[in-house]
Amino acid sequence: MAITEQDVQASEDAPSVNYLNNGYGLKSWLLTKDHKRIAVLYIISISIFFALGGLFASLVRFELMTPEGDLMSSDTYNKVFSMHGIIMVFFFLVPSIPATIGNFLVPIMVGAKDLAFPRINLLSWYVYVVAGILGTIAVVGGGVDTGWTFYTPYSSTYSNSNVILAAMAAFMAGFSSILTGLNFVVTIHTMRAPGMTWFRLPLFVWSHYATSIIMLLGTPVIAITLVLLMLERGFGFGFFDPNLGGDPVLFQHLFWFYSHPAVYIMILPSMGVMSEMVAAVARKRVFGYEFVAFSSVAIAILGFLVWGHHMFVSSQSTYAGMVFSIITFLVAVPSAIKTFNWTATLYKGSIVYDTSMFYVYGYLGLFLVGGLTGLFLSSMGLDIHLHDTYFVVAHFHYIMVGGQVMGYLGGMHFWWPKITGKMFPDICGKISALLVFLGFNFTFFPQFILGYMGMPRRYHVYPEEFQILNVASSLGASLLALGYLVPGVYLTWSIFKGPKAPDNPWGAKGLEWETTSPPPTFNFEETPVVTEEAYQYGQIEEH
Amino acid sequence: MADDHHGPTVRIYLAVFASLMFLTALTVWVAFQDLGMFNDVVALGIACTKATIVILFFMHVKYASRLTWLLAGAGILFLLILFAFAMADYVSRGWLGMPASHYLQ
Amino acid sequence: MADHALHHDHPHGLAHQFEDMPQQKESAVIGMWSFLITEILFFGGFFATYLIYRSYYPEAFFEGSSHLDIPMGAFNTIVLIVSSLTMAMAVHKSHEGNKRGILVYLTLTGILGLTFLVVKYFEYSAKIEYGLVPGLAWHPHGENSPQLALFYSLYFGMTGMHALHMIIGIGLLIWVFVKAAQGTYTAEYNAPVEIFGLYWHFVDIVWIFLFPLLYLLGTQGGGH
Ligand code: HEM
Ligand SMILES: [Cu+2]
Repeated sequence: MAITEQDVQASEDAPSVNYLNNGYGLKSWLLTKDHKRIAVLYIISISIFFALGGLFASLVRFELMTPEGDLMSSDTYNKVFSMHGIIMVFFFLVPSIPATIGNFLVPIMVGAKDLAFPRINLLSWYVYVVAGILGTIAVVGGGVDTGWTFYTPYSSTYSNSNVILAAMAAFMAGFSSILTGLNFVVTIHTMRAPGMTWFRLPLFVWSHYATSIIMLLGTPVIAITLVLLMLERGFGFGFFDPNLGGDPVLFQHLFWFYSHPAVYIMILPSMGVMSEMVAAVARKRVFGYEFVAFSSVAIAILGFLVWGHHMFVSSQSTYAGMVFSIITFLVAVPSAIKTFNWTATLYKGSIVYDTSMFYVYGYLGLFLVGGLTGLFLSSMGLDIHLHDTYFVVAHFHYIMVGGQVMGYLGGMHFWWPKITGKMFPDICGKISALLVFLGFNFTFFPQFILGYMGMPRRYHVYPEEFQILNVASSLGASLLALGYLVPGVYLTWSIFKGPKAPDNPWGAKGLEWETTSPPPTFNFEETPVVTEEAYQYGQIEEH
Repeated sequence: MADDHHGPTVRIYLAVFASLMFLTALTVWVAFQDLGMFNDVVALGIACTKATIVILFFMHVKYASRLTWLLAGAGILFLLILFAFAMADYVSRGWLGMPASHYLQ
Repeated sequence: MADHALHHDHPHGLAHQFEDMPQQKESAVIGMWSFLITEILFFGGFFATYLIYRSYYPEAFFEGSSHLDIPMGAFNTIVLIVSSLTMAMAVHKSHEGNKRGILVYLTLTGILGLTFLVVKYFEYSAKIEYGLVPGLAWHPHGENSPQLALFYSLYFGMTGMHALHMIIGIGLLIWVFVKAAQGTYTAEYNAPVEIFGLYWHFVDIVWIFLFPLLYLLGTQGGGH
């Protein structure tokens, strides 16, 4: 209770009272109901899992340096890539932006004091932590080897690893993301400040709204799918077991009903980050604001109609495959709209050459490649060749790592002064963005070629002619790892030694830049009244 | 939001209750009549009717804001999407004259 | 609760992040509906599985269904409908700020919920006795369709998940009851009663579908 009792009036005489110094001690953090503090808690916890997932990724890349399986056994390799996938998807990518930057910014951007349900927000973090602990136990206690996709009947019958624990962990992580999504939907509907109409909302809020729709509509289906899996594995119930007449492919249907939309949970928030950053970098209103806003919602809804494109070569019927293929092409349209509109925003903008700009450009390039290769994969005929090869691996890494992680890092830099009240050295930011961009392409572009040449994913032994490209990929991965480590260093440094940040260091538009850095506990001294649309950069252009 | 005081009255609740009881009796009775494949249709039709009545009156959706309608509708719509697209696969599997599936007998 | 820093005329029950009571109540109702959407899709996974296997293996499903106890299922259906009525009445009383009314109707609702679970307990025991629990106690008698286990997996999965929701519901009911007994709810502040009611009705609706889908299809003796 200690936190909310802090008297808000205090902030009037001393604006130096902010959410960070409003109460000290572990208890003031672990029992906080302040969305900003919960965001910080999330930042710390997902960073831990990002590091852990990264560790497993490095093991994969080490093993793949040589064609033989010399570093580990096949069984171990199966576990390593599975745990990489499970940790990265469920414990890093899904909460990455929404639970951190989104948690911090959505209430501020709509002009509210907090999310609608602060206690549920805290609960979601605790659920995440418990999920994380379960996941860690599964990893430490022998690991899990099903791949992040948990396909039956391997997961339900044959695997000898900790499937139930890992599934339980994923289930709980999903529950935590449902709670986040629920909070966003309600907050955006009911807590907008006076004058903050839907079409004055920053695009960041729109994309989080769309993300939340997916969290609410999709996550429960993965939850029940994992429950069915656990019942089958744990008790011997039959849902997908061919011996009882069950159909393992049904598991894939249920799994991808969530997991395709979930890939949009992993990209939409970063699209929101980009919309904010593009406007700030180009000093212009985002071109075609309404289209960008609606394309988020369109992605969220259309995303539910395409899951069968992951099942072209399962025993899914060809006719269903055709329908899924066609709709998959359609879903690329809203993504393309966004990319075009961001580019159009940059066109004739007065570009600011700072860290944000580096991240924006990097993001655009990587997302473009990822999205276009998605179209290769959605052509049913071509996918028969490419399915389960490194081409697919490269495709989704371009989007999830090149897109979402780039967006996450970019957003962290952009709002770092707001979150911590400290500035980081701009040159370091630029270097890290460059390292990430180069390292990323070095790592994953070769994988497109490998996949096209026919190297299947999830094997640790491969023919010798694939070695050069694999070594290139592994070297690139070290560069990429460096690119991720560097910001960790100078951002941490800036917390202690960085210069104090002004309220609006980038001269950007938006309610979050009108309050102090860092913001007071209830975000604003007075409830703001909004009188203009988002991104009115016209007024501050000349300087 | 609609004002709560315009919510349903006790009389409406009782009427809703009576119709739910009646429909329960009806669905049990119908189950024992041989209607061929229509047994399922009727049973599901009655269940949907009952659910709708509960949603509209007991859950106050009839008196609630458009947003509540939207939310309830979205849940049902996406449920139907799940059913429809999954079934589309299972229904069309045999069409090419190949065995319907490796697994399903 | 100590959440009162902002205004002196701070209304009873208003949390700090909201401007006024209507906003708070609207948020609570929308929040609950958002949660119910997830519940719809959660149970939806079961129903989709049911739909697909039912269409593939009608005989097994008819046979499985014919072992279920229709009178017990029908009795439980009635119990839940009555409990929905009492729940609706509890909400009605909460709008009047009528503490006694809330308590009376919540008690009735709770008793009915427990009745449902007791009946369910007897049903489950019978199934265990006959060896109709896949994996755990599975030795069905006589000639059986090979996919009978699919039906019973779904039966236990769906009714078990429903029963779990009932148990959680009763837990929540106790919490709301205690709060009501403390006089927390007034004609202005009663959102918790209302949204708990939404949850309760939803659980009722799930059963409204489970009853015909699981119990009633065996009546035609699989004559298809
Ligand atoms: C532009 C629209 C996109 C299209 C048309 C598209 C298309 C596809 C297709 C057809 C596949 C299946 C390939 C196969 O397994 O053979 C696939 C796989 C995948 N895509 Fe995309 N995709 C798009 C965007 C995205 C986005 C935005 C993400 C993530 C943020 C993503 C993540 C994934 C993942 C994770 C897989 C592989 C999953 C696995 O098998 O482990 N895709 N994509
Ligand atoms: Cu997909």
